Amino acid sequence: MVAKEPNETRIVITGVGLTAPNGNNLAEFRKSLLEGKSGIQKLNIRYMGDVLAGICHFDPLKYQKKKELRRGTRAGSIAIYCAREAIADAKLDLACLDKSKIGVYLGITEHGTVETENEIYEIKQFNYDVKYWSHHHNPRVVANNPAGEVTLNLGITGPHYTLGAACAGGNIGLIHGLQMLLLNEVDLALGGGVSECTGSFGIFAGFRSEGALASHPDPTKACRPFDKDRNGVVVSEGGCIFVLERLSDALKRGAKIYGEIAGYAINSDAADFIFPNKERQVQCMRLALNKAGISPEDIDIINTHGTGTIEGDPVECQAIREVFGEHPHAYINNTKSFIGHAMGAAGALELAGNLPSFEDNTVHPTINLDHLDPECRLSNFVINEPKKIDKVDYILNNSFGMLGINSVVIAKRFKQ
Amino acid sequence: MTKEQIRDTILEIIAQIIPDEDLSNLKGDIPIREQVELDSMDFLDIIMELRKRYGIEVPEDDYVHLATLDSSVVYLEPRMRKL
Repeated sequence: MVAKEPNETRIVITGVGLTAPNGNNLAEFRKSLLEGKSGIQKLNIRYMGDVLAGICHFDPLKYQKKKELRRGTRAGSIAIYCAREAIADAKLDLACLDKSKIGVYLGITEHGTVETENEIYEIKQFNYDVKYWSHHHNPRVVANNPAGEVTLNLGITGPHYTLGAACAGGNIGLIHGLQMLLLNEVDLALGGGVSECTGSFGIFAGFRSEGALASHPDPTKACRPFDKDRNGVVVSEGGCIFVLERLSDALKRGAKIYGEIAGYAINSDAADFIFPNKERQVQCMRLALNKAGISPEDIDIINTHGTGTIEGDPVECQAIREVFGEHPHAYINNTKSFIGHAMGAAGALELAGNLPSFEDNTVHPTINLDHLDPECRLSNFVINEPKKIDKVDYILNNSFGMLGINSVVIAKRFKQ
Repeated sequence: MTKEQIRDTILEIIAQIIPDEDLSNLKGDIPIREQVELDSMDFLDIIMELRKRYGIEVPEDDYVHLATLDSSVVYLEPRMRKL
């Protein structure tokens, strides 16, 4: 091992590519978050009828041929769009890069359910005769599909895979990219998360059976974390991929730096399939703070995981109260209230939505918080309107998932 | 179906499978895969479409008969004549 210069062990974000239900790039997304614009709509799906969902409206033909779209998956398409947008945003020229030193690491909540449901629906028309089952099925449903489609489209020959991490996936794709850069496995990492889950009736039906699928006469008001009238999750698709580089490389090429990953942590509840665990969330936030070498008072924005479920939201608020005290310095917001729960993409999208705060010193709000549930009380919620503050140096991003997987990422305003 | 209709059907299926390709100058006597980008998975899509739409089974040994547009029409005509 060669001793590393300090700037080789600092990892920075130099590009962002995303599609969310309310924006198809960071500028659009941020504008929607500051204007209180929700991306939730009605969606009619097989067996379920009308449900509420977050659907992305990017143009998949921007970077793919029609044949690629027909053969691949929606998650692959989202991933390709985000990866291409991130590379372009980072002002990198693919032709000049060593593509064997680029890694693609995408967090997912699930993959393959959409394609499997579609095939079963298709062979139902043929009395379930499996000779009508598509030869495209296996390459579509292998777990690495979304990351693999990125490498096919971009000609990347470095490593690619997905990280199955339930709804913590977006943070974990980012964290893994950082780790691979620190290990010198790659020189450029495309890390983030994607989800195509709105194509699966089973995801909606599963949440409904749990009593945790949000409903509201006005789709834009359905996702209301921490509100006492919340009634569950709004399922959304989406994607967000970051270009991650060592600071030394970013400085060498004069890259725009969105922020530095100062700390992170991943742990497990070891407690329940579905219900969250306050102690492990507390531990995860503290681990990330320790890794960043900072105190709770240093955090300026906490982007909550809060999904709008009756059971989940108060647990996270209790954990935040324990780590940050009853009157935290940090302002607290929630991004799902605008876009619903983008599953594997959620953590990455939510961090991305907050990154512009380093420049505009503005905290986007949590919307639809009309009557704060007393169990969710936190003194510094930014409610329904954005808040201008003196400075933003640190953002803490919570992202938790089923089977008790917790992740926390701390982004820092870039300083030399 | 007449031979002409069978030819149009095959072209329509291919157009659906490789929608980015221009098929207007496809020559009947030259292997399709030499004229347009159509890989083995695409070819299996043609077989699947014939199965789904018309209940026609093309055994693997007969795939060679679907190499060109002309040979496809000759091969499929007895199977599609009564459709």
